[in-house]
Amino acid sequence: MKVPILSELKLKGVNPEYLFWIGCAGSFDDRSKKVTKAFIKILNKANISYAVLGKEESCTGDPAKRSGNEFLFQMKAISNIEILNSYDVKNIITTCPHCFNTLKNEYPELGGNYKVIHHTTFINNLVKENKISISGGVYKGKKITYHDPCYLGRANGIYEAPRELIKKLDAELVEMKSCKSKSLCCGAGGAQMFKEPEKGNQDINIKRSDEAIETDSKIVAVSCPFCSTMMSDGMTSKEKDIDVVDIAQMIEKAEDL
Amino acid sequence: MIDILPNILFSIILIFSVGFFIINIKKIVTVIKLGKPVYRSDNLKKRFYNMARVALGQSKMVTKPISGFLHVIVYIGFIIINIELLEILIDGVTGSHRFFSKYFNTSFYNFLIATFEIFALLVLISVVLFWTRRNIVKIKRFLSSEMEGWPKFDADNILYFEIVLMLLFLSMNATDLILQERNYMGYSKAGAFPVSSFIVPLFDSFQTSTVYTLERIFWWLHILGIFFFLNYLYYSKHLHILLAFPNTFYANLGDKGKFEVLKSVKNEVLQMFYPEKASESNGNIDKFGASDVLDLNWVQLMNAYSCTECGRCSSECPAHLTGKKLSPRKIMMDTRDRLEKVSKNISLNNGKFIDDGDSLLDNYISKEELWACTSCNACVEACPIEIDPLSIIMDMRQYLIMEESSAHPDLNNMMNNIENNGAPWPYNQQDRELWIQES
Repeated sequence: MKVPILSELKLKGVNPEYLFWIGCAGSFDDRSKKVTKAFIKILNKANISYAVLGKEESCTGDPAKRSGNEFLFQMKAISNIEILNSYDVKNIITTCPHCFNTLKNEYPELGGNYKVIHHTTFINNLVKENKISISGGVYKGKKITYHDPCYLGRANGIYEAPRELIKKLDAELVEMKSCKSKSLCCGAGGAQMFKEPEKGNQDINIKRSDEAIETDSKIVAVSCPFCSTMMSDGMTSKEKDIDVVDIAQMIEKAEDL
Repeated sequence: MIDILPNILFSIILIFSVGFFIINIKKIVTVIKLGKPVYRSDNLKKRFYNMARVALGQSKMVTKPISGFLHVIVYIGFIIINIELLEILIDGVTGSHRFFSKYFNTSFYNFLIATFEIFALLVLISVVLFWTRRNIVKIKRFLSSEMEGWPKFDADNILYFEIVLMLLFLSMNATDLILQERNYMGYSKAGAFPVSSFIVPLFDSFQTSTVYTLERIFWWLHILGIFFFLNYLYYSKHLHILLAFPNTFYANLGDKGKFEVLKSVKNEVLQMFYPEKASESNGNIDKFGASDVLDLNWVQLMNAYSCTECGRCSSECPAHLTGKKLSPRKIMMDTRDRLEKVSKNISLNNGKFIDDGDSLLDNYISKEELWACTSCNACVEACPIEIDPLSIIMDMRQYLIMEESSAHPDLNNMMNNIENNGAPWPYNQQDRELWIQES
């Protein structure tokens, strides 16, 4: 796969329109790497001028901030902002709602002002502007439920873009018992992804997986790398043959990219 | 002289109960002002609109249709019956009988009294249903451990109060109606009584003098009950009927995912990166995060006083729903309990807080509760008056990490990784591009 690196483009005097912020999960986690590649195929298909930071990218500091480590967060933020500003980055797309939220909401006060877009919104806009077309393909008529990531939904009010995309796949979107602003967390937010849960009578991802199973869908659409891990772990421990896939991957598959 | 004795007595009681209430409200305002500053006076238009929609318009109550509907009835009833309260106060001070009836035209006055009566009945029914939900149906969110003892007693008290007040109001009207029909001195015909006319038979067999005595007893008990209730607010979760308004006005109107960027930390970090840009240190070293109530900001303190312990937050909290110790409602209740203790400490020590060896962290809220939060904002979204328990949890986590260095052990690994390799997992930053070659 050929992926443009921002520092190399800049040397050639090229100014890409968008920076694709991959995120740590998108760079290192096996499930999420597939999402990264799927989204890159979509970017290529729509002829988007973009680049990635490559080795210059680093954690946004989100898990540190949600743990309460404001020092570490601000140190990460300021060094990231220094890099982003040195390349004069204006628009950032990201496939991770945690990166999205942090870059969009918490970087401006530290000097990082960018237009930040989540990939579901970005793809939905591409479709609206007729830059790509989506047809159902393998998903046509299938029952699909969508799990709202907290940091995309409640935290930033984005509920419709992912749903519109699922509908464009000619799939039957079935909502879980709790959805949109009332959606139940997958259990990974607030740095929970990186620790064992506290003692209780159930794991949160199991509870959420039960809600997804109740919809009788064979596919759980997600738009967050952490939700993806949590939900797929949930399905594995429930021994359910239900696919947990990011919306970018669904489009990749439907369009045979 | 003897004629105006009741009016003098009434005026004295009125002044005392309103005065006592004002003194207590001032105490609350003083305590809230002890909170750290946070700027929430921007965007006034949007704030007024938010208050009108959420507090006045009860927009978030109706997300739970049954309790929402009942609450709206009690709320409208409360507001409407307060118009009648004004007449009762004037009658009490001046000795008049149904003061407004002399100034409004008859049909309008009759319409008003009839409306009050119908709402009194609706409120009565709703409150009985509320009581049933708490005590017979035993709805889960009213039964959590934090609701044992005073909170349960307080919640039931409020319902009993309202039942008694409505019954007194209707009995007062029924006996008044009998006296009007018997042309008793001073009881000129005024008002329409669609509800209380049904309870007239209860009192109709009594002699006129007995009915008069009963009417006076009901009238006095009703208004004394209201004065008592007014002063009960200060000690109760029922304060929300007042604080819901400022609470929604000063709510965080930004994106819920945007957490405050700490200024005290920013200055230190800037000094490390760009010494020339950082503002001069004022010599005081700020405490990072919150271990006690006085480390919280004033909106968070107001939130604690505003909470009516309905538990909608906890019934949406993923940690709470899966049996973890965390309950966002308990976070708010603990904050208020601790704040009331601090408030007493301050008034006993001439306006200064003397360390009492107690603190919100550990003595009220445990680390286990704090670490169970997923920061998902479900509690904030669920609160009908926009209380933000999450911000308190986050401030306390900041204290744990930055002052006590007592992070959850797993999180220490994650933070070490972020610091050393720029990712929460132990991967090398140089390997960030490996996925490109992997296809």
